[in-house]
Amino acid sequence: MNRLLKKVDWINLLIPVVSVVLGLLCGAIIMLIIGYNPLLAYQSIVESIFLQPYYGGETIRAMIPLVLAGLAVAFAFRTGLFNIGVEGQLMAGWLASVACAIIFGHLPKVVLLPLSILAGGAAGALWGYIPGLLKAKFKVHEVISTIMMNYIALYSTAYIIKNFLYTEGERTPTIPHAASLASPFLANLTQGSRLHWGFIVAIIAVLAMWFILWKTPKGYELRAVGFSPDASKYAGMNVSRNIILSLTISGVFAGLGGAMEGLGTYQYMTINSAFTGIGFNGIAVALLGLNTPVGVLLSGALFAGLQTGGLTMQSVAGVPVELIQIIIALIIFFVGSGYVIKWALGRLSRKGHK
Amino acid sequence: MSLFEVLTIIIPSTLLTAAPLIFTSLGGVFSERSGVVNIGLEGLMAVGAFTAAISTLGLERAGLGDASPWIAILIAAVAGGIFSLIHAVVSISFRADQTVSGVALNFLAAGLTIFLVKMIFDGKGQTPYISHNIDKISIPGLSKIPFIGPIFFQQVTYTSYLAILVSVFVWFIIFKTPFGLRLRSVGEHPAAADTLGINVSRMRYIGVALSGVFGGIGGAVYLVTITSNYSVTTIAGQGFLALAALVFGKWHPIGAMGASLFFGFAQALSITSQQIPYLDRLPSVIMLTAPYVLTLIVLTGFVGRAEAPKADGVPYIKGQR
Repeated sequence: MNRLLKKVDWINLLIPVVSVVLGLLCGAIIMLIIGYNPLLAYQSIVESIFLQPYYGGETIRAMIPLVLAGLAVAFAFRTGLFNIGVEGQLMAGWLASVACAIIFGHLPKVVLLPLSILAGGAAGALWGYIPGLLKAKFKVHEVISTIMMNYIALYSTAYIIKNFLYTEGERTPTIPHAASLASPFLANLTQGSRLHWGFIVAIIAVLAMWFILWKTPKGYELRAVGFSPDASKYAGMNVSRNIILSLTISGVFAGLGGAMEGLGTYQYMTINSAFTGIGFNGIAVALLGLNTPVGVLLSGALFAGLQTGGLTMQSVAGVPVELIQIIIALIIFFVGSGYVIKWALGRLSRKGHK
Repeated sequence: MSLFEVLTIIIPSTLLTAAPLIFTSLGGVFSERSGVVNIGLEGLMAVGAFTAAISTLGLERAGLGDASPWIAILIAAVAGGIFSLIHAVVSISFRADQTVSGVALNFLAAGLTIFLVKMIFDGKGQTPYISHNIDKISIPGLSKIPFIGPIFFQQVTYTSYLAILVSVFVWFIIFKTPFGLRLRSVGEHPAAADTLGINVSRMRYIGVALSGVFGGIGGAVYLVTITSNYSVTTIAGQGFLALAALVFGKWHPIGAMGASLFFGFAQALSITSQQIPYLDRLPSVIMLTAPYVLTLIVLTGFVGRAEAPKADGVPYIKGQR
């Protein structure tokens, strides 16, 4: 165990922490330049999340799809694939779960709820399978194909809702109670937030990613392909099949994230003219979490907290909530520039020794 | 409605929607030919559109009248160029994953522009409408040509023709000048270029900066010809569409222009199909998703293989093989 701990590269763990600190620091500098009080702004975020049950509940609620999206990106990353298509897979999952809930509305809850959640996961899987297949069979780069799949999902879901599941308010009808993850108990507990049982699904997903990748032979193969496709091929692994599998499982996570929004947060799906942003935030969550399940959980909590608390920041300190997006963007830049941070930390520690 | 009338609706509309895509995808050509993947085109367009809105409003107030949107496009080009340097520094000097940096660039652009709009306009989420946009006009002389005139030269903006001319110019630069040869060599085999004394980092910086300039122009043109004000929804996917055009056009300036025109055509059809007999029965979703589906098909190699520059997306580290 001790030997294991020593093997952990502390500098690698420091990078996300340093990035977050630098990101928040830059945010503070921006606020100072414009003439806001950064201390008041950050204080309002922290106070609202930890002291007001409503915002606490909303933070956990926002965490659910963020963590699932983050897991989706991280899972594909482990196989050396960059899944920018979480956004589209999430929308596909969202629509499929809501559609399933409405179509089979007469079924009892024990059947309908799991069925609707699975429908979301399956739709996400399909949306991930296609880029996987294109990559494995035709060497189409997954970054381009998943971006294309995002837009195909955006326009097709809008079309399907408009023509088959339309109700007033540019959205689908509300799902039947038997398919809902919402809970009056959780809502009361958090003074009326939209917190729902989906957090259990998110926790199971975190455990599932860890189990699949680190406790099964298939997971070993997936990670091996991520480290070196050539070496894996030489060792007799089917690289193509692993690529398809990885993007499909990644799509399942994303689709579940969509199902959580459809069955939990909103109970319906609106006709989206633009992306939800959850999928793109998932990239930030995965990067900051170093593509590990626990890391994704922690960074998901951070970003969910920032976004929820950002609303209080806007009303208390008067800072536009877009500042949070700027801070998140800066954090991604810093994490991405890990090479420089490593170099700088190395310089600092060497100076310390002298 | 006759075919002629249909064409007089669709072609001008195609030219209008294609112009911003042409400019932006040409920017992508510069960046990716130098070996730097640029997912950040969307963000660069957002910065360009935002800058164009703000500067047109300012120039109008300064009394520059009809010249304002044209000067604003130039200012937006500079702003896009400067903004793209973030991507250059992070992905070239700091060796970050280029896709990651591009994604962050989009985030930053979306957040920063709306943040600034709220700062400037007392918390409102969108800018006022500009009063001097670049209008659709009939080109004197040319629009009088029978048959061709009404189709190609009526209800058009000069920016569309400018975009087509510029893409020929970019083709010349990239394929017929020493600068272009160096740019391409850095994207294909940076180590070989380095041994011949070409400064790889500098060429890549120039490539990315040019993508910023063109992305900025693309966003600005979109604003002054189509939307006339800037809000969150102004640039929603145009940059990614330009990226698709770049790939569809096989990383070639003329190809990118052709693909942009084609995507513009698909968008124009999806908007105008309701007025056109037979097409009004076709679900609009087919036209809307056509650019993306077709790009996927092209990438699978059924219609001639699309090859990215060899070193596209790979940071260059001296001495590493």
